[in-house]
Amino acid sequence: MTDTVTLAAHPEDAASARKTGFFRALLSSPTGIIGLAIVGLLLIVALAAPLLAPHDPLRMAAGPRLQPPSWQHWMGTDDFGRDVLSRIIYGAQLTLQIGAIAVGISLTSGLFLGLVAGYASGWAEKVLMRLVDVLFSFTEIVIALACLAIFGVGLTNAMIAIGIASIPFYARVTHSVVLVEKNKPYFEAAVAAGAGHGRLIFRHLLPNVVPTLIVVGTLGVSTAVLAAAGLSFLGLGAQPPQPEWGFMLSSSRDLISRAPWMMIFPGLAIAFTVLGFNLLGDGVREALDPRQRQR
Amino acid sequence: MMDRDTLLDVRDMTVAFGKGRNRNVAVRGLSYTLKKGETLAIVGESGSGKSVSSMALLGLLPPNSASIEGGTATFHGRDLLSLPEKDQRSLRGDRITMIFQEPMTSLTPVLRIGIQLTEALIEHKNMTKAEAEARAREMLVLVGLDRPEHRMRQFPHELSGGMRQRIMIAMAMAADPEILIADEPTTALDVTVQAQILDLMRTLKREFGTSIILITHDMGVVAEMADRVVVMNRGEKVEEGPVAEIFAAPRQEYTKRLLASVPRLGTMAGTSAPRTVVAEPRQVGEVLVRAEGLNKTFAERSWLFAPAKPGTVAMKDVGFDLRAGETLALVGESGSGKSTTGRAVLRLMEVDTGRIEIKGTNVRGLGVAGLRRARRQMQMIFQDPFASLNPRISAGGLVAEPMVIHRLASGRELEDRVEELFLRVGLERDHIRRYPHEFSGGQRQRLCIARALGVGPELIVADEPTSALDVSVQAQVLDLMLELQQSLGLAYLFISHDMAVVEQMAHRVAVMRKGQIVEIGARQAVLNDPQHPYTRALLAAVPVPDPGRVRGALPTLDLATLPTGPLAEVAPGHMVAQ
Repeated sequence: MTDTVTLAAHPEDAASARKTGFFRALLSSPTGIIGLAIVGLLLIVALAAPLLAPHDPLRMAAGPRLQPPSWQHWMGTDDFGRDVLSRIIYGAQLTLQIGAIAVGISLTSGLFLGLVAGYASGWAEKVLMRLVDVLFSFTEIVIALACLAIFGVGLTNAMIAIGIASIPFYARVTHSVVLVEKNKPYFEAAVAAGAGHGRLIFRHLLPNVVPTLIVVGTLGVSTAVLAAAGLSFLGLGAQPPQPEWGFMLSSSRDLISRAPWMMIFPGLAIAFTVLGFNLLGDGVREALDPRQRQR
Repeated sequence: MMDRDTLLDVRDMTVAFGKGRNRNVAVRGLSYTLKKGETLAIVGESGSGKSVSSMALLGLLPPNSASIEGGTATFHGRDLLSLPEKDQRSLRGDRITMIFQEPMTSLTPVLRIGIQLTEALIEHKNMTKAEAEARAREMLVLVGLDRPEHRMRQFPHELSGGMRQRIMIAMAMAADPEILIADEPTTALDVTVQAQILDLMRTLKREFGTSIILITHDMGVVAEMADRVVVMNRGEKVEEGPVAEIFAAPRQEYTKRLLASVPRLGTMAGTSAPRTVVAEPRQVGEVLVRAEGLNKTFAERSWLFAPAKPGTVAMKDVGFDLRAGETLALVGESGSGKSTTGRAVLRLMEVDTGRIEIKGTNVRGLGVAGLRRARRQMQMIFQDPFASLNPRISAGGLVAEPMVIHRLASGRELEDRVEELFLRVGLERDHIRRYPHEFSGGQRQRLCIARALGVGPELIVADEPTSALDVSVQAQVLDLMLELQQSLGLAYLFISHDMAVVEQMAHRVAVMRKGQIVEIGARQAVLNDPQHPYTRALLAAVPVPDPGRVRGALPTLDLATLPTGPLAEVAPGHMVAQ
């Protein structure tokens, strides 16, 4: 989060003052607090997984197989006797990686494309945006599948594939925000002051585009997590024995009546994560609007 | 005690927004009465509570954030402020109606005019569809629209702003209401259209005997329309009285200041130069800008099968000179091409043909680097100061930016220059670290002026620099601009629709209509002795803040015979389209 905030505030004299203002605003909205708490909890769980997990997530027969939740195994064990709780705790690492890498790829590329297209206007804009439109007309999952067909199956490739698949979306959002900002008088004022391309793009457009993209990106993490879970469910993402939540869901498919806990807990973890990032995204949107912030 | 004539009796109305620590009182203990057949003007600047108090009468306040904390508004023995929503709705659009500032946004864009006009009649008056339509047609004729049958079938976007406001009035008057609340009914309109609408409202009031509550910030409109005036400031009533008394002998300090800051057309008729505000003003110097034969047409995009349309002419053979230390005012109504001309001079927009010289350099021939250098000499001030300040850059950063771009200063020196500029335009040192949203409207415009001054420009294009500001703030900003011109020798290309402001600021005036300069000359010559019929119509339409003056009939413009030919000199330096 710290990175993104600095980006938004732009390294100016008052950057530190603005940052505290941002956090104060974020913490004053209930959505922001809950979102931050959930995402914070996920981060802690992911980082401290080796300390928190009661068992080795990969060790088979940590206990009897297909055991319902008990004091020994809070979330039960799976068909290989692995501890579900430990797998979910380690799975948080993978989930956050998926979110960060997929959104990182799509956000930066989309931001770049959208900025260039929106700022340049003329034929460059036409070519770029029509290209984006073509990609946009395919469902994201189809593009992701195509990418996986090229790169090969695996969790890392799935992250990259999801990232690539959602570039058009971020490019479109950036482009539309740039078009709006470019027509505001402050941009014209900067042109009138004699500002060059670099200054216009990086000092005037970018700081006004990034807040929207941070919001979209935060919300996008949940989409990416869901997409990765979907790909893993299809067997194209995480491979055994990786403790990925979507993969855990898919491997529990045949056992749903005998061992529902194998499905319920990873499902809850995914839902919880998605909820957390959605709430955080809403909170960030409110907090990033300088007009809503009071000193 | 209510006397028999009193229609509406408002007592101790208090309205607040927010709750607890964020509670913000918008109207505090407001009391007034409205008599039958009377026009009561509620005047005040932004934030005075004039609109909020009237919205409260109709129950139109945002239900979640605003609350009526006290008071009564008695109308036919019932308290409007405590009526249940159902009863309020039956009054709204029937006994009490309202017209709003924005005629475009207050008509539903997707419904035909006829449906919108008849809706309230069928709802409130139990008319049949045919009766309501007949009534609607009758109203359209009454508000001065031709071909009522045709108008009924049109959509709002097919009509001009003035026509839409007429429709709004027709809609409001169709139910024959007892009270009409008009919230800035002419603020968004051009001055000639404003004059017609005010005329119409006066006629309708006479014919229907409706009482009008007129909410406005424009003292000229008050003087023309009102019988009595309530002056509001910061949510409280400052003064109340008959209109002649308020204008002739205001009792309160605030009213006096408000009236003193209203620019009055005609006060400068005796002098050729703007008011002198410094001891030794710089004199008008050499020619700084010379524009010749500027043409610009905004083409309609042609696309594959659609044939190219002729497009809109924004500038037609526009030419003028502007000397150092001089103000040339470009006046005209919306769409006259005055802003386009201003932007063309700064080359913020390319023209189709023509020549723009600044100090002998052809601006149109400059490359990227040359243009950037040239932009040191010319700066711009925009109409909406808030929108023209990047919300994510601090005030200090914004003012410093042009100097950074042109590498005029850096480090300590830059900070000193910024501070100096802040003080120069009347801002304070601790404002430097603030962000644009933390300033008031007037302060923001000062910020824009400080930003423009940083690079030491010789020309400033000011596009309606005070039209978004309250009149008292407007007076201060205009004073600052005069002071800067007279001490620094700046040339202003001053774009405005407000004739009274132009009279205070300008040395010379160019009147534009449909992309063409129809009259240009010394300010005294153009304003005191207008030659072109359009200039005359424009000047006659300006509302005068003097209730004693009786307005004559508005000159009607005969568009067919309006001279639109090339300019010819009628007196030295005074050119008029023939």
